[in-house]
Order: sequence, then structure tokens, then C-alpha cells
Amino acid sequence: MAVIEKSNGSSAGIGGSGSRISFGQRVRKDFAKNKLIYLMLSPAVAYFLLFHYGPMYGMQIAFKDFAIKLGINGSPWTGFDNFVDFFSSFYFGRILVNTILLSLYSLIFAFPAGIVLALLLNEVRKSWFKRTVQTITYMPHFISLVVVVGIMFDFLARDGLVNNVLNSLLGIEPIAFMREADWFRTLYIGSGIWQNVGWSSIIFLAAIATIDPSIYEAARIDGASRWKQTLHVTLPGIAPTIIILLILNIGQLLAVGSEKILLMYNPITYSTADVIGTYTYRKGILETNYSYAAAVGMFNAIISFTLLIIANAVSRKTSETKLW
Amino acid sequence: MRATTGEKVFGVFNITFLFGLSLAALYPLIFVLFASLSDPGQLVQTRGLLLFPKGFTFDAYRMVFMNPSIGTAYLNTLFYVIAGTALNIFLSSMAAYGLSRRDVLWKNPIMFMITFTMFFEGGLIPTFLLINELGLLDTRMAIIIPTAISAFNLIIMRTAFQAVPVELEESARLDGASDFRICWSVVFPLSMPVIAVMLLFYGVSHWNSWFSAMIYLQDRALFPLQLILREILIVNDTSSMMTDISSGDQMPIGETIKYATIIVATLPILCAYPFLQKYFVKGVMIGAVKG
Repeated sequence: MAVIEKSNGSSAGIGGSGSRISFGQRVRKDFAKNKLIYLMLSPAVAYFLLFHYGPMYGMQIAFKDFAIKLGINGSPWTGFDNFVDFFSSFYFGRILVNTILLSLYSLIFAFPAGIVLALLLNEVRKSWFKRTVQTITYMPHFISLVVVVGIMFDFLARDGLVNNVLNSLLGIEPIAFMREADWFRTLYIGSGIWQNVGWSSIIFLAAIATIDPSIYEAARIDGASRWKQTLHVTLPGIAPTIIILLILNIGQLLAVGSEKILLMYNPITYSTADVIGTYTYRKGILETNYSYAAAVGMFNAIISFTLLIIANAVSRKTSETKLW
Repeated sequence: MRATTGEKVFGVFNITFLFGLSLAALYPLIFVLFASLSDPGQLVQTRGLLLFPKGFTFDAYRMVFMNPSIGTAYLNTLFYVIAGTALNIFLSSMAAYGLSRRDVLWKNPIMFMITFTMFFEGGLIPTFLLINELGLLDTRMAIIIPTAISAFNLIIMRTAFQAVPVELEESARLDGASDFRICWSVVFPLSMPVIAVMLLFYGVSHWNSWFSAMIYLQDRALFPLQLILREILIVNDTSSMMTDISSGDQMPIGETIKYATIIVATLPILCAYPFLQKYFVKGVMIGAVKG
């Protein structure tokens, strides 16, 4: 992910770093030499321009009263009307709170879970056991969201497995988990951990593997226990990885998995489950209120991007680690 | 190394905890498997965990396989996975090759252009309108083309391609090989581990994808398996599958059909996964740490 650092110095390279031949000559020479390479790059460039920068151009409908007949360019401008409508609507506060809470909870509970699992796996000495646990815990990552949420509906139903077990063991009255707004966040975060804890531990295990063994050696000679070694060698060793992922996660703060929520929620749980992404979907795709939904989406994209830049700047100041 | 008592206690606790975690990761699917093989009548009377199937019957699977809409959806998904992944690998390899070469003047601006899309995007509605504008709505292409390249996967591939020794490339060039030839006959075959990872990442994402099908497709004949699965599991509609069963029997067998459908839809991935597993840890490391 830190690849991004490299692309940063980009423009300096092409500009005119004081060589004798002119920029035009360099372009021609480069093109003559790398014709085939540019030909091979062209489908990718065309793809990103059309399917990623095209929609960025289309974002302008947030400031328009878009009608399909008139097209993007033909639709009349309305200024900030769609944004004003959104900010003053009843839903604005609710979906913003829901979005931020779900993100924060997953930052607090799901994000550290992967780190903890990596640290625990690192303490296992029997390599067959470690490998088996890894294989099994990575697996849920590959199961589709439809199946995961489908299993949740089945297990968590009033007469489902979970209620049956809770009832017979602890005598708890059946709860309709998926139809209770109060349970939504717990279920969303919990199932997320179930599905991804193993997968997210890979990256930390990889980081642990790059720590120089001689540092552990030195710590042992100084009489550090396993716990002290974890605290003073392993954790500092993987800190840059943790920070990079934390920055990326903060950039995704508003981009909670709306695909999963769309599968999980229903009107009864909207009060805790409805987020920016699902609201955009209902307004735009179901109600075909394109301009309004585009404004909601644009708000989301801009805030996310700003958060990412702030997180990166803060991390740059406080530690050496940065995304760019 | 002598372990202290505390460390021994921790070791036991750790193994127990990880064992429990593995069980928790595995058991839901085991339950679904056992339930799908159970006799529907006996299953509804069972409350609680299953340690083996209750009774034994393939009835639910028979229903699933005889169901025409699942059959069509399965074939559709196979098409999306195969054609989609082939397109992904083809385009990503060529782009990754170009971006991994040393003296390419516009390499960094192109790289920046691609990376930027990972952090800022036009969003759902403008993308939807674009697909509509291009006339792709309700076509198979709407599922394959808009996801032709993933920026993240492209970067992983580029990093792997950079690791191929320059000498091999140069000797191929002396033999008169073009860049196109070097990409497919030198770099690509030498990067098989990362290609395996890409096959897994792209393939699984096509297999599991449902959202783009839901918004771009109307014609049921084009629906992928996940969309039909959503109807059965979440919108909770198995009635179309049981037209020839008397209504009294519908309830119990509806349950086992659900379980059988889950198994049928998940099994291919779970079967392919162990074979690719040794590669993907490497792939994630290339993409995340080394990159």
C-alpha cells in the first residue's frame, strides 16, 4: 500500500529536470522507444478514464436538476439546492451518526482483533497448529456476503439456532435479533469480525516476520519475558504497518460496507442501520432521485478524502509513517 | 529456553483460545452442511446444535439441482467468473508490465492517475448513469466491464513484475523479443504465484458479487447465482422451488433447501481455496508490506 509514496514524486520526473534536450524531444524519443508499452497501457488508461474519471465528471449532477432525457450537460444548474435539502432533511443527522458509529466501532473492535490474533498466532510454537488455525480462520473471508447474511437470518431468527441454544442453556426468552434496532450494530460488527479477523491478521503476521530476530535475542539476554518481548519488540516492529492501515481505515470512515447493510437491514432497523451508502442507494436507484443522491454521495466522497489527508498529515507529523 | 509458569499457563490458554476460534469459524458451515443433508421432518423437531445430520437424504439437493432458475444462475455465474477473470488478468498483466518497466516517461503520471481512484471516486449514482448512458444496462457486459481492472490488484501485480530480474528481460530483447512477447513469455510465467493470487482475488470477487447485478440487471435470465441466493435466503422466497409439493410439507423442506443452496453456492470456492492458499499469503505480503 505504501506504493503510493513512489507515485508522489511523479511530476518532478517529467517536468524538465535540467537536461539539455527539450521536453518535446524527450516525449518523442520516449514514445518511439516505448510505443508498444504505451499500446499495452492504453486499455487500462482508457478503462480508468472512462469508468473512474467519467463518474467524477458526472458528479456535477449534484449541482443540477438532472433528467435522463436532458443528459448531464443539458440539465439545468441548481447550485447548492440538493446539498441544502440533504443537510436540512430529517435523515441527515441520523445517517451521519449511524455511519460514524459503525465505523468507530469497527475501528475500536474489529481493527485490533486482527492485531491480537496475529500476536497470539506468533506465540504458537507448533507450526502445524499455527498453519491449521490460519487456514481455517482465513476461510470465512471468501464466503459471499449474501451467504453470511443469509446464515445470520437463519441462525438468529426467533426459532433459530442461537435462540434455541440460549433458551435451553440459560433460559433466555427468544429475541428476534435481526428485527431489533438495538442489536444491529453488535451483529454488524460481530459478523464482520467473524468473517475478517483471520484475513486481517495476515498483514500483521507478515510484518512480524520481517522483524530482525537478533532484536529478540538481545531482549532475551537482557532477561525480557515473552510478554515484555511482545510489548517492546513485536509491537514497535509492526507499528508502521498498524499506522498505515489506521490511516486507510480513517479514510474509509464514511464508506461503511453498505452492501452488507443493504442485505441485513429492514425498515424496522433503519434507525440504527441506515447509513450514507444505503440512503444514496434508496434515493438514487430506487426513487430515481439522481441529483439528490449524487449530492449525498459527493458529500461522502469529499469528507472521506479530507479525512484521509488529515490522518496522513497527522501521522506524518507525529511519526515517520505516511501514506504519501 | 526455560518457560516460566506464567508463560506455560499462557501457552495452554492461547492454544485453547485459538482452537475455539477455529471452531467458531468453521462450525456455522458444518451446521449448514449437516442440516442440508438432514431429513426435513426430523430437522424441525431438533433444537440446538447438530453434531451429525438428522436422518440422511439428498432430497434438498435434488430440488436445488432440478430448479431451473438455479441452473441458469449457476451457468451465468460461471460465465461472469470465467470471462470476467480472463479480462481482469489480461488487462491487469499488460498494464502491470508497462508500469513495472524502468524507462517509461509517463509511467509515474499514469500510476498517480490510477492510485488516485483508490481514494476518491465518483460514487454509485454517477457510475450508474454512466452505465446507462453507455447502453450497458441489462446486458452481461454491465457485470464484466465496469470491474475490468482493480487498482489495488494492479499495484500488487506491478510490484511482483518489478521483481523479475532485468537480465532475463534484456537477453530476451537481444533475441529480438518485443515488449508484448517479453510480457507474456518471460515476465508472466515467472510471476505465477502472484497470478494465482490474482486468479483467486478476481475470481472470488466475481463469484460473490451481487450488488452490481441487482442494480444493472432486470432480466432474470441474466441473474448470477448470488442474486437468486439473496431471494431465497434473505427475501425468503423458496416457494418457486416447491410447486409440486403439497403445502403441508413445504415448510420443513423449505429450510433444508436453503441450506443445500448455501452449500452448492459456497462449495466451489471452499474447494479451490486450499490449493491457492499457499500463494495468497505471499500475494498479500507483496501488495501490502513490500509495496
